Amino acid sequence: MTATPRGSGAAPLLLGVRHHGPGSARAVRAALEAHRPRAVLVEGPPEADAVAGLAADPGLRPPVALLAHALDDPGRSAFWPLAAFSPEWVALRWALEHDAVVRFIDLPAAHTLALTEPDAERSPEGDVPPPEAGPPPRPDPLAALAEAAGYDDPERWWEDVVEHRGTAPGGTAAGPHDPYAPFTAVAEAMTALREAAPASGGGVHERDALREAHMRLRLREACRTHGDGAVAVVCGAWHVPALAGAHPVTADRRLLRGLPRARTEVTWVPWTNRRLSRAGGYGAGITSPGWYGHLFTVPDRPVERWLTKVAGMLREEDVAVSTAHVIEAVRLAETLATVRGRPLAGLTETVDAVRAVLCEGSEVPLALVRERLIVGHDLGEVPSSAPAVPLQRDLTRLQRTLRLRPEARERAVELDLREPGGAARSRLLHRLRLLGVGWGEPVTGRAGGTGTFKERWLLCWEPELSVRVAEAGVWGTTVEAAATALLASRAAEARALPEVSALAEQCLLAGLGDALPTVMRALADRAALDTDVARLASALPALVRAARYGDVRGTDARALAEVAEGLAERVRVGLPPACAGLDADGAAALRTHLDAAHRAVALLGVAGLRERWRAMLRGVTARAGAAALLRGRCARLLLDEGGLAPEEGERLVARALSPGTPPPEAAGWLEGFLSGGGMLLAHDERLFALVDGWLTGVSAQGFTDVLPLLRRTFAAYESGVRRTLGELVRRGAGTGGSRGSGAPQAPRPGFGPGLDPRRADAVRPTLELLLRGASAHHRPEPEPEPEPEPDHDHEHDVRVEVAR
Amino acid sequence: MTEAVSAETATAETTAGAAVAAAEQSGPVLRPHAEHAFAHELAALAAADDRPRPERWRLSPWAVATYLLGGTLPDGTVVSPKYVGPRRIVEVAVATLATDRALLLLGVPGTAKTWLSEHLAAAVSGDSTLLVQGTAGTPEEAIRYGWNYARLLAHGPSRAALVPGPVMRAMAEGMTARVEELTRIPADVQDTLITVLSEKTLPVPELGEEVQAVHGFNLIATANDRDRGVNELSSALRRRFNTVVLPLPADADAEVDIVARRVDQLGRSLRLPAAPEGYEEIRRVVTVFRELREGVTADGRTQLKSPSGTLSTAEAISVVTGGLALAAHFGDGVLRPGDVAAGILGAVVRDPASDPVVWQEYLETVVRERAGWKDFYRACREVGA
Repeated sequence: MTATPRGSGAAPLLLGVRHHGPGSARAVRAALEAHRPRAVLVEGPPEADAVAGLAADPGLRPPVALLAHALDDPGRSAFWPLAAFSPEWVALRWALEHDAVVRFIDLPAAHTLALTEPDAERSPEGDVPPPEAGPPPRPDPLAALAEAAGYDDPERWWEDVVEHRGTAPGGTAAGPHDPYAPFTAVAEAMTALREAAPASGGGVHERDALREAHMRLRLREACRTHGDGAVAVVCGAWHVPALAGAHPVTADRRLLRGLPRARTEVTWVPWTNRRLSRAGGYGAGITSPGWYGHLFTVPDRPVERWLTKVAGMLREEDVAVSTAHVIEAVRLAETLATVRGRPLAGLTETVDAVRAVLCEGSEVPLALVRERLIVGHDLGEVPSSAPAVPLQRDLTRLQRTLRLRPEARERAVELDLREPGGAARSRLLHRLRLLGVGWGEPVTGRAGGTGTFKERWLLCWEPELSVRVAEAGVWGTTVEAAATALLASRAAEARALPEVSALAEQCLLAGLGDALPTVMRALADRAALDTDVARLASALPALVRAARYGDVRGTDARALAEVAEGLAERVRVGLPPACAGLDADGAAALRTHLDAAHRAVALLGVAGLRERWRAMLRGVTARAGAAALLRGRCARLLLDEGGLAPEEGERLVARALSPGTPPPEAAGWLEGFLSGGGMLLAHDERLFALVDGWLTGVSAQGFTDVLPLLRRTFAAYESGVRRTLGELVRRGAGTGGSRGSGAPQAPRPGFGPGLDPRRADAVRPTLELLLRGASAHHRPEPEPEPEPEPDHDHEHDVRVEVAR
Repeated sequence: MTEAVSAETATAETTAGAAVAAAEQSGPVLRPHAEHAFAHELAALAAADDRPRPERWRLSPWAVATYLLGGTLPDGTVVSPKYVGPRRIVEVAVATLATDRALLLLGVPGTAKTWLSEHLAAAVSGDSTLLVQGTAGTPEEAIRYGWNYARLLAHGPSRAALVPGPVMRAMAEGMTARVEELTRIPADVQDTLITVLSEKTLPVPELGEEVQAVHGFNLIATANDRDRGVNELSSALRRRFNTVVLPLPADADAEVDIVARRVDQLGRSLRLPAAPEGYEEIRRVVTVFRELREGVTADGRTQLKSPSGTLSTAEAISVVTGGLALAAHFGDGVLRPGDVAAGILGAVVRDPASDPVVWQEYLETVVRERAGWKDFYRACREVGA
């Protein structure tokens, strides 16, 4: 055939492709090799001409994407993802290797971005998709062709007809067949399709007309410079007929006149296989980048090599897979292809074969195959010489507006969260931290920890942070969008509940309201699957606090409360069984959680839930096999809430301390019941009598056993309470009514007969001092250090509660 | 009419001798074999089928798939679908048989494993009767061969005294053998199949001979992968099979349909009164089963824990039948939430340690809030208390 360039009088070479189709990519390479054009025109934003040369840089490794963004609004952007097997990438590389001129010919991103203004909030990708894999608005040309061929899936049809060319068994890509043949056929088919479906107006079609007009102008320009025959165009198959026909220049010019423009910049950003796949939400239009990459790189026997690769991966994961397995899988895949009437086993057949033979019917290892191989973990790279990403721009802008200058010198700042400026700075720093840009480190210590409305940060801008910003550019074009995307992705990946609840907290700190629903979903999901009540209970308080004092920058607090309530229900259901079969440490740990969850439920204030919670507590008090400590604790919580009549409480105490109960168990019960304030015992005589009666009844041996437990219980009381109790004991509580009889007549043991005024006067000044101090610092828990400024009532400052 | 007659004559010509004998039995049988019940479809397919057939196959793989999935032939014959489910399952199963690998159909009860295996055998070999039913007491003889003891004693070991088992006959004649409930068979008996499947031969040491499989021989086994008390397949045996897992009905409507139809049949044979109002309750049972099985609510918004039981469609059927019996004999004949609540609880709570929590969580987080489920919630609370 003609290996030499066609005569310069010939028409430009039009290569219609399917975006990201490995078969198309092979065919493009073969056609370019045969045609040897001096100029290669590629579908893509013309602004990218300036950075096209970077594709020759070994530091630029696909998958990558061309990113165009509006300079004044980095949030408005568009991506053109390219994988190693994308025909556009192949054409680009071929041109750079052969010193051919590269030009991008699509509608300039300046117009595209300006035109997308109305719905800039949407996924930036949405409006400039590769046409063939595009969203539904335009009738899919390939679907029509596939239907005509009797295929229900257009992707499969294209694969069979085009992609599997040149990968036929034993076939080499550069076979003796005509390298232009596939393109001629595709162009004919598209021409027929376009005639059958005349442009019926509508927004998307209009955009197509604009794009094609611009492509034609650029094509003409290139032909004038290099000669018709020396130009090759690589574009979506749909556009080929529009470029081939004769169109008046003036009409095209008129069409493009007066389009809105946005100041735009284009750069390369690293991309991932997952984002190429549809599952990633960026709709590059391919579900199996890993498989396509495989098809594109293997020299021959794609199915055999693929299954061997799968077997190797499974072996690494300790799934026993022998060579015999692989042989059988290949046979099954080929037979399946025959049964289905396909020319060659494709992805569907190999997946079926892997499932039936290598995975023995199980979906679990198959999911692994899908994630690791079919989609793949490839991560692209971009050299540092590429222009800055919009995220950096957004950060610079924020730094300017918030007057927070990046300085290499370490410096501490204190942010007042009540002021909008302080809150905004805090949000920025938290977001950056989330993105792995460790510009500021929060200082815990003096002002941290205890929770105030102030936040202290240590700021230090290291040069490598710029690299971090560039890396984080994958996640989005603004700091907020990137942090939101990152958080959402982490929430989706997180396995354990505490991980997610930590994310929820970060979400609130960083003020990422948009990510909150995703995080809440993840939280609810993990909570549903978590069987460890302790973990559930530990996640509850923070969540309830957030819900209660919620209203975090317009967050939907109702959603939070809903999740919190669901979590509380799960704790409620799971707690009673969890109380059984615990050792002393386990019971003590669960007790802490029980207390915290109890407070949280009270704070949540959902009426029905509180009733049910109380019923649960009551259930635990009577539950056989539940740890005594927890039974006692539940009784106490009920009593404090007024959910237990005094007689009922007494009955419970009597039962727990009845003679049949082993003393250590009774002591455990008492610990649960009495801990956290002993005034109960000091004030309720009947209770006191019961406890006293039990204690005196314990045998000598039993007493040594329970002594440590009792000591632990009583040692926690304040000394005043202890003293009162001691007095009561000394007086003999069983004597009954001694307190009711007014002033003590008979001298109590250890006390003098009356008041000694002289000695009393001596302690009076101290006492007064103490009492005055107590009224000034009436908070029960002593502050580690009094706050420097006068005490406003900040305890309920929203940020503080949330920051905990 | 004439068409049906000609189809029948065609069947008579093409079916194996044994099957003809069965067809000539006097009087209609209670349950005809697949190859008899659908003889005209098979005949029409065979006539229309011009694709290459593997040796001794009655139909090409494509025609077998069409027979199972249904379709319309060029001559206008409508082939009824035998298996309603993913096309992929049937294609993989047929392709497996064509590669002479054995086929293992896995799935929980009520996923049409046996049904599929019977129709596959009928379509491929025209005979679905070469069957070994697996039980805990299945002996080796049932898989290999037994002896006619009278002959054995009278004439000593000889080929004539040998009573071949279904597998042996299938090997000799190039047919499809079936093993039902493979995992119920004791492990040592299961392993008899290893030689058959890997060497394609069955030695008869008593005679110093062997029976070698001819082309067309293959084996379809069914097994229940989630039941308790089964004998796991040895990995040596497992390797000889391609595994196809039969999924549960894909959507709630299909499952409700299956349950309602099956309950109706069972109810009639138990002479229970029909309960038309009970349809809502059936839907509820199916919904509960599906949600707990899949670990997510029907609207996909709430994640759930799954209990240890299988919660198969078959169990849903028995819960509804039990509820119907309750309603008929002790209630007013209308299936009410209270009638199925106990049954559901029994099906869900299998493991006394972990399942009650799962059930309680489900009740409290999903059922309590759901509109129109108040009665059901109350009934479940009553039963669970």
